[in-house]
Amino acid sequence: MITFGEIINNVHQGLTDALPAWLAATIEYVIIGAGFLGLYCVLALILILLERKICARFQCRIGPNRVGPWGLFQSVADMVKILLKEIISINNTDKVLFKTAMFLAIAGSFCTFGALQFGDGLACIDFNVGLFYILAISSLGVVGILLAGWSSNNKYTLIGAMRSGAQLISYELSAGIAIMTMVVLAGSLNISDIIAGQSKAWFIFQAPIPALIAFIIYLIAGHAETNRGPFDLPEAESELTAGYHTEYSGIQFGFFYLAEYLNMFIIAGVAATVFLGGWQPFQINAEWAEGFNSVMAYIPSWIWFMGKTFALVLLSLWVRWTFPRLRIDQLLKLEWKILMPISLVNLLIMAGWVLIF
Amino acid sequence: MSTGVNFIVVLVTAIIMVGAALIIGWLLAPKSNNAQKGEPYECGIPTRGTSWMQFKIGYYLFAILFLMFDVETVLLFPWATITKSLGVMGLASVLFFLFVLVLGLAYAWKKGALEWK
Repeated sequence: MITFGEIINNVHQGLTDALPAWLAATIEYVIIGAGFLGLYCVLALILILLERKICARFQCRIGPNRVGPWGLFQSVADMVKILLKEIISINNTDKVLFKTAMFLAIAGSFCTFGALQFGDGLACIDFNVGLFYILAISSLGVVGILLAGWSSNNKYTLIGAMRSGAQLISYELSAGIAIMTMVVLAGSLNISDIIAGQSKAWFIFQAPIPALIAFIIYLIAGHAETNRGPFDLPEAESELTAGYHTEYSGIQFGFFYLAEYLNMFIIAGVAATVFLGGWQPFQINAEWAEGFNSVMAYIPSWIWFMGKTFALVLLSLWVRWTFPRLRIDQLLKLEWKILMPISLVNLLIMAGWVLIF
Repeated sequence: MSTGVNFIVVLVTAIIMVGAALIIGWLLAPKSNNAQKGEPYECGIPTRGTSWMQFKIGYYLFAILFLMFDVETVLLFPWATITKSLGVMGLASVLFFLFVLVLGLAYAWKKGALEWK
């Protein structure tokens, strides 16, 4: 079977043989950029359609079904529509920060997206502190949201941004400590090493008790970081119209929408990478399971990654459309009095586990 | 292909995407103007005063607590990568470090900084 690594090497070889070095490098970088851009936009369209369809089913509706077969082109039509909408400029906004906020929101999610490994050999941003980089760069989104809310000069956006800031920074801690718990087990921050360490058994099976606790904590905290589901106070539409992006119109609003959906995918992707083995197939570490293992290994790596990620995305959608919204005191209590102490204790349990076994 | 350059490529792609979409939107979208359009959206009622004002202090308490624990996370990551080779001594030092931090959290809890009022 041809792996992605071989394809990349062949393309690299072919380009450097045929063209001068600087031109070959430029073409490679353009391919990287265009590939990520295409994947980012296509995933956003798929996720938006998926969410609308599933939400409709939860509410006993059919969902979009007019544009194309089963409404498949609904989100494409919406994207064209949103591009055609007027961009209204509001009086008294801080113009520079108002525009910067969109760039920060997208840049934060796009750069995190670049660090995910979608298949065997498909590593773009991959270095010795990859996981730390993901944690660091994904918090750029908070700055974008705070700037958006503050620069709009509107009370709804200000309240939305403040709530969002408090929520995102709080839940970042639990998410970070849950990730750190797995780093203790993996012994590395390099994403390639972490995935390679799960070739025999996924981390969630290697240290079942602390890993499972960390997994659940990461899913809750990650879900809260996407500003969705029961944690959607920043844009609680019945109280704050639309929260921090009230004043953004047309495609400007589209960016925040895009970043929100892709963040959901990124959180699921990181969870799949760190806990569920990334693109590694499911393996049973026993003599009798050899046939099963080879069948599992035959399934392409990118299908494994996308399968795991979309399974977690579906879980996130299920949670979003099932639970009622939390109040801000309940939200902060959940983080600081429940998740935070549990994750700290769990970190120590994992350290003990690693030292004993 | 080094990671640093890849990162810059990805970052520049993100910026180009936003910039290009903004320009396309600006070119395609209709433009019209009237006096009401520029007003902040507050459900039809004219805004009272400025929105850049003093804000509830509760949020800042959580920001300060966050700062404490975030720095702690940064300091713990190096330990997390080499837990095995540091062994029990490493775990003991981290336990002491965490104990001091948790004292801080307990103090904030006792003082009622974690309550939302």
